[in-house]
Amino acid sequence: MVDMVLEFLKTPFGILVLTVIKALALLVPLLIGVAYLTYAERKVLGAMQLRKGPNVVGPFGLFQPFADAIKMIFKETVIPSGASPALFLMAPMLTFGLAMIAWAVIPVNDGWAIADINVGVLYLFAISSLGVYGVIIAGWASNSKYAFLGALRSAAQMVSYEVSMGFIMVTVLVCAGSLNLTAIVNAQKTVWFAIPLFPMFIMFFISTLAETNRSPFDIPEGESEIVAGFFVEYSSMSFALFFLGEYANMILMSSMTTILFLGGWLAPFQGTIAGELFMLIPGPIWFILKVCMILFCFLWVRATFPRYRYDQLMRLGWKVFLPFSLFYLVLVAGVLVFMGWLPHAA
Amino acid sequence: MAFLDRTARTFLLAELASGMALTLRYFFKRKVTINYPYEKGPISPRFKGEHALRRYPNGEERCIACKLCEAVCPAQAITIEAEPRDDGSRRTTRYDIDMTKCIYCGLCEEACPVDAIVEGPNFEFATETREELMYNKDKLLANGDRWEPEIARRLELDAPYR
Repeated sequence: MVDMVLEFLKTPFGILVLTVIKALALLVPLLIGVAYLTYAERKVLGAMQLRKGPNVVGPFGLFQPFADAIKMIFKETVIPSGASPALFLMAPMLTFGLAMIAWAVIPVNDGWAIADINVGVLYLFAISSLGVYGVIIAGWASNSKYAFLGALRSAAQMVSYEVSMGFIMVTVLVCAGSLNLTAIVNAQKTVWFAIPLFPMFIMFFISTLAETNRSPFDIPEGESEIVAGFFVEYSSMSFALFFLGEYANMILMSSMTTILFLGGWLAPFQGTIAGELFMLIPGPIWFILKVCMILFCFLWVRATFPRYRYDQLMRLGWKVFLPFSLFYLVLVAGVLVFMGWLPHAA
Repeated sequence: MAFLDRTARTFLLAELASGMALTLRYFFKRKVTINYPYEKGPISPRFKGEHALRRYPNGEERCIACKLCEAVCPAQAITIEAEPRDDGSRRTTRYDIDMTKCIYCGLCEEACPVDAIVEGPNFEFATETREELMYNKDKLLANGDRWEPEIARRLELDAPYR
């Protein structure tokens, strides 16, 4: 019986089935994670504002995300009369789909990536750039001033910050000597890149805030200015898909930060006695812990800082982050060449 | 020197860090939320809530239909009709308050010479229909009977300031 199953999994169709199972094993926990991220956000924001946050539905309000999901499902999908229905409905699916497929290359543990491709970083970068399309299509297809303004802002913002994010990633790549995410994590066995590249780490974190349209860079959906930005006209499941996509993107960006700078699934203090003890905890747990820490920072930042003005946002992206990351890239590359520390492709 | 200091602070994100430290401290502080339906905040003895018509201890209703409350009501929420009762005393035959008009100013309470109409401590009288908010004399007297102990305590507490 077991032999038959193993045999079947080697056939082309079997490989397909296996991949689907793998994808589900990753995406179902991810979606539950997204649901609880919204809960965590409300709890953390509440706590920092001396409130309690949701605490009525279930113990400590733990069933709140499900109550919200059920509410969303039973709402009516309103398509504005001036909207272009096909595009209008396609945009949230695109956003959600892109947020999901990016996960194909994320290694949660050594060799756990669904697609362990050699250009993992490029793939991630390409997918996260495509995310702009969901936003623009939504803003355009809604046929609404606010949605359009929000989409324009969002597009400009995501494009600007991708440039500096690109340079920061290149710095990491120069240190790791590979575009493969698993190889990048393994290159951090001696020291996490967050330590030698600390300024890059901070800049990458801030850029991910901007990239995911999170506070303090949430001007595309600034509630006090343009209502909800590009998804004002959305309701029901189409809204829920945007919401899920956005939060899945937050988790994705946190995972990227973890992989690029915090050593992915590696336990801290490797090579010391504490490190040996930490090694007992399996890699995926470390990965999840690190991602949760970064997500907490996302929420923490949201609770702390007021929203940037649009020109300040652009100034930070183009006049501060871009030159600084370029300078640091040249510096790092120079040091690596001068000291002969350049990693060689394995 | 000041320039160096300022630049160093900017590059080390000193302001941002101190802001984050502040919110982190608040994160661990005791929360001020009152779990409303289960916990309630304190209410002043002067709180102006749902109206009630009071009675004397012998069960006789206090209101003498002087209509001062009706006259003083800025929202014109009170409607009174009166005629002499069989024993010759002047009483209301109708005492209605439109709770949707009432602005809870408390002037009816102030105007009343016999402390008959009062605004009690109750603020949880939401209804499902608008009609239920058109209070009549029966409803107001029932309120008075229900809240009398609390109303008497409040009047006593507030007496020194009157």
